[in-house]
Amino acid sequence: METALSFVVACLFGTSLYLLLSKHIIRMLLGVVLLGNGVNLLIFTAGRIGPIAPPIIPDDLKIPDSAIANPLPQALILTAIVISFSFFSFLLVLAYRAYQDLNTDNTDEMRLAEPKDQGLPPLGY
Amino acid sequence: MAIGNIEVLKAEAMVKGAVAASDYLIVLPVVTCFIFGAGLLMLRKRIDWHPWLAIPGFTLLFGIDVALLVKVAAQGPQTMMMGGWKPPFGIAFTVDLMGALFVTVAGFVALACAIYAVASISATERRYGFYPFLFLMMGGVSGAFLTGDIFNLYVWFEVLLIGSFGLLILGSEHEQLDGATKYCMLNLVGTTLFLIATGYLYGIFGTLNMADIATKAAEMPEDGAVYTLAVLYLVAFSLKAAAFPLNSWLPASYHTPRFVVSALFAGLLTKVGVYAMIRVLLMLFPPERAGLASVIAWIAGLTMLVGALGALAQTDLRRLLNYVVIAGIGTILAGLAVPSMTAVSSALSVADPATAAQSVAAPAAAVLQTGLSGSIYYALHSIVVMTGLYLAAGTAAYLAGSSSLAEMGGLWRRHPLFAALVLVLLFAVSGLPPFSGFWPKVALVRATITADMPWLAATILVSGFLMTIASARVFALAFWRPLPAIQSAASESEAARIEAETFQAPGPGRALSLVPMLGLISFVIAAGVWPEWLARLTDGAAAGVIDPAAYLSSVFGGGS
Repeated sequence: METALSFVVACLFGTSLYLLLSKHIIRMLLGVVLLGNGVNLLIFTAGRIGPIAPPIIPDDLKIPDSAIANPLPQALILTAIVISFSFFSFLLVLAYRAYQDLNTDNTDEMRLAEPKDQGLPPLGY
Repeated sequence: MAIGNIEVLKAEAMVKGAVAASDYLIVLPVVTCFIFGAGLLMLRKRIDWHPWLAIPGFTLLFGIDVALLVKVAAQGPQTMMMGGWKPPFGIAFTVDLMGALFVTVAGFVALACAIYAVASISATERRYGFYPFLFLMMGGVSGAFLTGDIFNLYVWFEVLLIGSFGLLILGSEHEQLDGATKYCMLNLVGTTLFLIATGYLYGIFGTLNMADIATKAAEMPEDGAVYTLAVLYLVAFSLKAAAFPLNSWLPASYHTPRFVVSALFAGLLTKVGVYAMIRVLLMLFPPERAGLASVIAWIAGLTMLVGALGALAQTDLRRLLNYVVIAGIGTILAGLAVPSMTAVSSALSVADPATAAQSVAAPAAAVLQTGLSGSIYYALHSIVVMTGLYLAAGTAAYLAGSSSLAEMGGLWRRHPLFAALVLVLLFAVSGLPPFSGFWPKVALVRATITADMPWLAATILVSGFLMTIASARVFALAFWRPLPAIQSAASESEAARIEAETFQAPGPGRALSLVPMLGLISFVIAAGVWPEWLARLTDGAAAGVIDPAAYLSSVFGGGS
């Protein structure tokens, strides 16, 4: 099971890397989403697929009475999902705003902050 | 597992009794930032109150940081466990001398920037939440320096990143949107790499507590899995620290926000990456770090040269400073590249294995400590000087009406005191005595030469020389020479008119912007003229990272 999931993670990473290398912001954003999901699956796999009983302790006990699933990777993934979702929302708004203001989503044409024909710095005094 | 021994299990997993009141000092920097950040957010309709609440807030933060530093310097590393869970179950906040030093200097520059921002950030920008974002970002920065849990470190990275996004696009200018797009995208990829590495780390070690990882990693055989982790962390933190070849996001974005925001970013954010790199590579995976030492040396050398050459090629003052930041990062990394005992002793042990390993191990560790101490000293110096330089650039651009070296000039004649202050900062950033950049460079050059890496020592010196030229160009062009527009003026009356139009009279509140600069420069001079007190602290910090016994016993020993 872990092996199969590792291949899924590899596919997600490969696809997201391909998309991230694109010039267009919208494709890069899709790459970011896939990357986030790939990482979540990776943490899940790294926590090992063990028992599938939910990690819930009955009312009258203080420790579980049988083998339970490892809750820690799920807590990590939950944190990572929240963070990657908020980042994605911010990036989406930023990309849309940049598209509106700069009239392009092609990173090759987004050269306002670093103009191409800058000329030489002053060479003498 | 038997169910009967609940009390035993609880006794093993939970801390007995309440947390000592003095332990709360460890989390107070983060708590203060969030209380003030949230409070100012609620007072968003009373924009005029913001600076007068924020400055006491940052003063309080700095005071807490200093108290923490004094406590750690006197009593050694301190640990507080969240929720009363014993390590390694609960999230630990562990502060050692290195963390305390970084968090104190961070609080210092944040206070300086908060004061500077009173005059330079307009009411509209305050309405967009300048001060709340500043507090939230500082909360993330403080948390990153104080935490003892590696996943928690990732969370603090994200907290400071989201705060920095808000500050970066303050103003929503076209250039800012352009720069922010690149900054956000690349930093997101960087933190995701960090998360990937942390996922693997959990898979390998089954724990996220740094002290626990350090203990387990020492027993772990030096194999491919741990090397993979070390390389992933190296790449992730190099991206955060803007080390060559992962530095392209920094010159693309750091010159677009407000000057005071640039100042805080340039001072703090890259150094958080450096701090994390020292913490993870040197404390958690020392043998793997020693194996990667030559890679880090190449990264350090190239980063220094790229930064220095980039600074020489720029026209705009702020874009020039972007490259100065990168050159500083390279210098800091040089101290991390010093091979530790294994590398040196195995090289020398060919002749007589038994005695050579014995005799070389101790001095080699001392060399690494010298190098690391120099790195930490230089990082602290760099935080203060880069913040000071960007603030000075902001004032210079305001006074001269431009931040392009092709158009600036004559500031020396109009504002001699201000120009003298900038000269101190430029000397310091070039590593000239008697200012703070000199002593760490001496330590770094000595460590790299002793470790038989003369080319790295030469690169530090060449980069320092190029930085001196770049700084001299800034001073000669922007301050010393007469205004170029006046020189090409046809008549004297026209020259007088141009001069009157170009130079702004310092407006009300602008005198306040000199106060933070004076504060930062007093640190630069104090750390340059009397380096012993700071060197003693950074030596202790470096020793604590190389031999984390005190750190480990703070987490596992007391557990309170």
